[in-house]
Amino acid sequence: MKLHEYQSKTIFSKYGIPIPKGRVAATAHEARQVAEELGGRVVIKAQVLVGGRGKAGGVKLAKDPAEAEQLATQILGMEIKGLPVRKVLVDEASAIEQEIYFAITTDRAAKKPVMIASAAGGIDIEEVAAKTPEKIIKSHIDPLLGLREYQARDVAVAMDLPRDYWKDFVKIAMGLWEVYKATDASLAEINPLVITKDKKLVALDGKMMIDDSALFRHPELNEMRDTDEDAPAEIEARKYGLSFIKLDGDIGCMVNGAGLAMTSMDVIKLFGGEPANFLDVGGGAPAEKVAAAMRIILTDPNVKAVLFNIFGGITRCDEVARGILTAMDEVKPKVPMVVRLVGTNAEEGRRLLQNANMITAETLADAAKKAVEAARQGK
Amino acid sequence: MSILVDKNTRLIVQGITGNEGLFHTTQMVAYGTSVVGGVTPGKGGEWVLEGKLPVFDSVKTAKEATDANATIIFVPARFAPDAMFEAADAGIPLIICITEGVAVQDMMRVRNYLDQKKVRLIGPNCPGLLTPGEAKVGIIPGDIAISGNVGVVSRSGTLTYEVLYAMKNLGMGATTCVGIGGDPVNGTNFLDVLEMFEHDPKTEKVIMIGEIGGNEEEKAAQYIAEKMTKPVAAFIAGQTAPPGKRMGHAGAIIEGGAGTAADKIKALEAAGVKVAKHPEEIPTLL
Repeated sequence: MKLHEYQSKTIFSKYGIPIPKGRVAATAHEARQVAEELGGRVVIKAQVLVGGRGKAGGVKLAKDPAEAEQLATQILGMEIKGLPVRKVLVDEASAIEQEIYFAITTDRAAKKPVMIASAAGGIDIEEVAAKTPEKIIKSHIDPLLGLREYQARDVAVAMDLPRDYWKDFVKIAMGLWEVYKATDASLAEINPLVITKDKKLVALDGKMMIDDSALFRHPELNEMRDTDEDAPAEIEARKYGLSFIKLDGDIGCMVNGAGLAMTSMDVIKLFGGEPANFLDVGGGAPAEKVAAAMRIILTDPNVKAVLFNIFGGITRCDEVARGILTAMDEVKPKVPMVVRLVGTNAEEGRRLLQNANMITAETLADAAKKAVEAARQGK
Repeated sequence: MSILVDKNTRLIVQGITGNEGLFHTTQMVAYGTSVVGGVTPGKGGEWVLEGKLPVFDSVKTAKEATDANATIIFVPARFAPDAMFEAADAGIPLIICITEGVAVQDMMRVRNYLDQKKVRLIGPNCPGLLTPGEAKVGIIPGDIAISGNVGVVSRSGTLTYEVLYAMKNLGMGATTCVGIGGDPVNGTNFLDVLEMFEHDPKTEKVIMIGEIGGNEEEKAAQYIAEKMTKPVAAFIAGQTAPPGKRMGHAGAIIEGGAGTAADKIKALEAAGVKVAKHPEEIPTLL
């Protein structure tokens, strides 16, 4: 789960990381009020869960409250990479001397958290990483021991940060480590961490990603989830514990197991079709869950055919067949359906479906070919 | 011969009285696996499977009473890290964790701790191990695979079943099938298992089933190119997966342009691995 900038910075602040004064606003009028409270120049920043908003014109500097209102109106009407801007953050403007990149993230290959820092921070950090990787400093953290102050100091030294800033930098690094650990983050990023003209270190921007598997112990973070940017079908699927991702093709897929679901999509593509979705009904899928999955697939008007690929292990094919029948009763689908059942109770499953007017297949390749053919005829 | 588990495996089940634990214990016993007991804190002294298997309060007491040399974990995700630490501290050298959804930071602590103790962990979020005809330690349906000379290693569950089934239909059997799991931080990766297969005298060829995300397939490719003498065939799932989306498995995600199926296939082919276009084709490549 991604957090917005304003949410991330509020968390940073709780752990002693200095952030600019400011507040989030949902209307231009509200943005003006915040600007009035802050006095002086302010920055209006679009709050969307995608990168590159600065380059898209989603971050603007306003000299007074009137201009703040005017710019907020503009930004709140924008779409950035297809996402409508629903909120803006109004921050006091900082006089910047230098921009630093600093993050703690999970290095899955090393099986350890890693600090990443660069004295060349800011919006072009990806280019810096690609063209001058020597400017990126990495230092792993022992997950059992935690971040030690000397490691943070070493990073400051490696960045050529002047000695006067070491103490503050170490404090920020230790604070960010506490943020990462306390929130079960997979990423806690400050970009830029700026040195201001009055010689202070301030986290000007913040980005966090939280490990979905750890949300059970962070109900307060789960409440921050912004579902505005998820497809409605994905929200509906989450309610039933289904893993679903909408795609652009016309063949709906229902499969048990994530690896097999991805593979079924691949095999559809191999035989010239395009998958309409990724859907993993999970292990041991009961009939109600299967029915919900089928409703979600069939609400997509692009779907011209549906492929069911079930390899029974813990999942019982007869149970899945019952779910399919329940859903067919309810939604009365008009598109052709191809079904392949193998494994636990497959024969019973096939028997249940024999009067359901479905196309049957023995192998995955055969099932995919038939689904591609059926979708072609449905066009 | 085989790797990791065989007829000498003495297995205990952590979470043996839960729904999943009990169901799969029954299946494993029916397959012929030597299950010697189980653990559920607070239920020590009880018996399951019609009085055949004793339940203990802790892994330590279970190990003392049964001399177990492997444990399988079926406890819910929030208790799984503790179960792994407990098994390691009790001196069990092989832990198989089936549980899905263990928090990543927990797994980093577990993995680093287990490495210090030299304990082998398979999983989490995996289907476990199957040495056909000898031991089934996990949830892989026993009847879809036969004994043979092919080592199988996979990040996935049902996709692995698909491949084992296609092998069986061609009369091709497995030495051991290892499901390493679909999480970003796990206990054992492709490279570890390839090394074991390379050194196992009965394994003559290897099938590797990977997917998008991370760079373990690339590391495996490097090992295959430099060290491996046995032929390898592979399949990589997720060629049509969009970037930035987690494809069910926590680890199956293309991040920052890295971990794509195309990159992995390229690395494997460069290492001389035959990569199948669809899973049913894999056994025909060997």
